[in-house]
Amino acid sequence: MLRKRTILFISVLVIVLVIAGCGQAKKETKIKVAMVTDVGGVNDQSFNQSAWEGLQRAEKELGVKISYVESNQDADYKPNMETLFDAGNDLIWGIGFKMAETLGEVAKLNPEQKYAGIDCFFENPTPNLVGILFKEQEPSFLVGYIAGKMTKAKKVGFVGGMDFFVIHKFHYGFMAGVKYANPECKILAQYADSFTDAAKGKAIANQMYKNGADIVFHAAGGVGDGVIEAAKEQNKFAIGVDRDQNDLAPANVITSAMKRVDNAMFNLTEDLVKGEYPGGTNVVYGLKEGAVGIAPTSDKHVPQDILDEVDKVKEMIISGELVVPSSLEDYKKWMK
Amino acid sequence: MIDNVALILGTTLMYSTPLIFTAMGGVISENSGVINIGLEGMMVIGAFTGATIGYFTGNPWIAFIGAGFAGAIFGLLHAIACVSFGANQVVSGIAINFLGPGLALFLSRIFFDGATMTLSINLDNKMPRPLSGVFSQDSFMYYFLGNRYATVYIALILVFLLWYVLYKTKLGLRIRAVGEHPTAADTLGIDVYKIRYLSVIFSGVFAGFGGAALSLAIVSNFRPTLVSGHGFIALAAMIFGKWKPQGALLACLLFGGAQGITVFLGQYDFKVSSQILSMIPYVLTMVILVGFVGRASAPAADGIPYDKEQKY
Repeated sequence: MLRKRTILFISVLVIVLVIAGCGQAKKETKIKVAMVTDVGGVNDQSFNQSAWEGLQRAEKELGVKISYVESNQDADYKPNMETLFDAGNDLIWGIGFKMAETLGEVAKLNPEQKYAGIDCFFENPTPNLVGILFKEQEPSFLVGYIAGKMTKAKKVGFVGGMDFFVIHKFHYGFMAGVKYANPECKILAQYADSFTDAAKGKAIANQMYKNGADIVFHAAGGVGDGVIEAAKEQNKFAIGVDRDQNDLAPANVITSAMKRVDNAMFNLTEDLVKGEYPGGTNVVYGLKEGAVGIAPTSDKHVPQDILDEVDKVKEMIISGELVVPSSLEDYKKWMK
Repeated sequence: MIDNVALILGTTLMYSTPLIFTAMGGVISENSGVINIGLEGMMVIGAFTGATIGYFTGNPWIAFIGAGFAGAIFGLLHAIACVSFGANQVVSGIAINFLGPGLALFLSRIFFDGATMTLSINLDNKMPRPLSGVFSQDSFMYYFLGNRYATVYIALILVFLLWYVLYKTKLGLRIRAVGEHPTAADTLGIDVYKIRYLSVIFSGVFAGFGGAALSLAIVSNFRPTLVSGHGFIALAAMIFGKWKPQGALLACLLFGGAQGITVFLGQYDFKVSSQILSMIPYVLTMVILVGFVGRASAPAADGIPYDKEQKY
C-alpha cells in the first residue's frame, strides 16, 4: 500500500515538474547568454572576471539575460556546459584555452546550441561554434615601444611562462616594439617553464636586473608576481600582463599589456543580438576591435610625449600600415 | 663571474627557505610516528593567513605568527584524526591538502571582496631584510645576502633548534622513542598521545611558516597557485634527508641550488631547450638519491596509529 502511494506521488511530482519546466522554457523571449569560467573563478582579477564584466555590460546595453557557472576543477567543464545547455541559453561561452576540447565535443553533441570560446582555436569548427583569439602581439608591441623609449640602460628583459606559440606572441611582439622604438636596445629573454613558480620568476628577474636591464616585461601568470616583486625590491621597472597590474607595485609597474576579454565578449554578444553570429569560424580580435590595449594607469609613469607616440603607433597598427610579428620567423623577417 | 656565483647562492637561499620550514614540519611529525603528507595544504593556509594578516595589520611578525597558528589548527585536525581516532594518516593528509586551498579560497573571497587573490603588501610592511644596504651595490655579499629576508635566517636557526631538541634533550628522545616503538615508550611512562599531538601540531606550525615565507618574503600576496607543489617537494626533501633535520636542510639547499643553476644557465642561448634545463633540479635529486644517499629508513612506527589497548 505504502509503496503504491509512493510511486503515485513520485509520478505526479515528475509530471508536474515536467509541465512546469516546459511552460517556463517557452515563456522566455529575451536572449540568454551564459558562461562557464575555468578554475580561476569569476573573481580571479584576470580573464574570467573580465569576461563576466563584458557580459554585465551586454546586459546593461543590449538587454540580454546573463548567468555564469564556476568550475572548480578541469573535470567540471563538461557538466557545467550541460547545466547551461539544460537551462536553455542562446549562447554559451567557455572561458580560457583549457575549455577548447570540451567546447568542440559539446558543440558536436548539440548542433542546435550556439557556443563560443575565449582563447580557443578550433581546427574545423562546427557551424554552432566560434573560437575567439587575441592579437597579443599588438599590446606587447606597444609596451615594448614604451620600454624601448624609457630604458636608460638600453637593456630590457622579457620573462615568459612556457615556451609555446601563445607566449611567443607576447615575446616577439614585445621585441619588435622595443627595436622599433630603440634599435640599439638589447633584449634579454628567458622562460620559467611554469605559470605558478613565483620564486623562479623572481630569480630570473633578479638576474636580468643584475645584468643591467632596467625594465622587465612578463607574460607568465603567477610567475610574474615574482618578477614584479623583484622590481619592487630593487626599485626597477616592470610591465604587467593581461590586466592592469599596477596595483601590485604602484611605483614600479609602468604599464601593462592588457587583453580586453570584456570587449571581445561584448562584441560577439552584440553580433548575436544583431543576428550576425559568425558560426563556424575563429575570430581574431586586436587593437582595431578594442580587444587589446595598454593599461589606463600608464600615464602615471610614462611621459605624455611617449604616450602620444604610442597612440600614433597604435593608429598605424590599426590601419594595417604596421604588421606586428607574432613568432620568431615573422620577427626575423620583420627585422629585415 | 664571481657575481654570478653570488647570485646562484642567493637564489639557493631564497628558493629553499619555504622548503626548509616545511621540511622541518615533516621531520618533527614523522619522527613521532605520524606521516604528514598534508604539508602542502598546511603551507597554503599559512601562506594565505600570512598575506591576509600582513595586509590588514601591516606587521609582518604578527602575520608570520598568525600563519604558524593557522598551520597549527590544521596540524591539530590531522592529530585528532590520526592520533585520537587512529585514522589512516595518508588519507587524512590528502584531506588536508584539499581542505587547505579550499578554505583559503573561501576566506579570500570573504576578506577581499570576492577576489581569489589577496592584495599586495607594501615593501615596508613585508618581512625585514636585515642586511639590506649593508653591502655596497654589485658586491659579492650584496648578491648573496644583501637582498635576503629575515625568514632565511629564521629557517636556518629553526633547523639548528630542531636538531638540538631532537637529539640533545629529553623531549627529543621521547619524540623519537614514540616514533620508533610507542609500546615500549608507553611502558616507560611516556604519554604517546601527548607527544604525538605536540609533534603534529608543531609540524603544522612549521609548514604554516613555510607558506608565510612565500607570501610575506618571496612575493607579497597570496594567489591559489602560489604554493603549487612546494609542500610535496619539502616532503621529498625530508625523506631524502633521512628524516633528520640536518639531512632535510641539505636536501632543500640542493634543490634550491639546482634551481639557481637552472636560472643561471637559462640566460644563455643554448641548443638545449629550456624544458630540459628545468628538469635539472629533479634529475639531480634523483641521481643523488640513488647514487649517494643510500638506503633511507623511516622511524619504525611511522604511519602506524598507536592504540593503547591493542594486544601485540
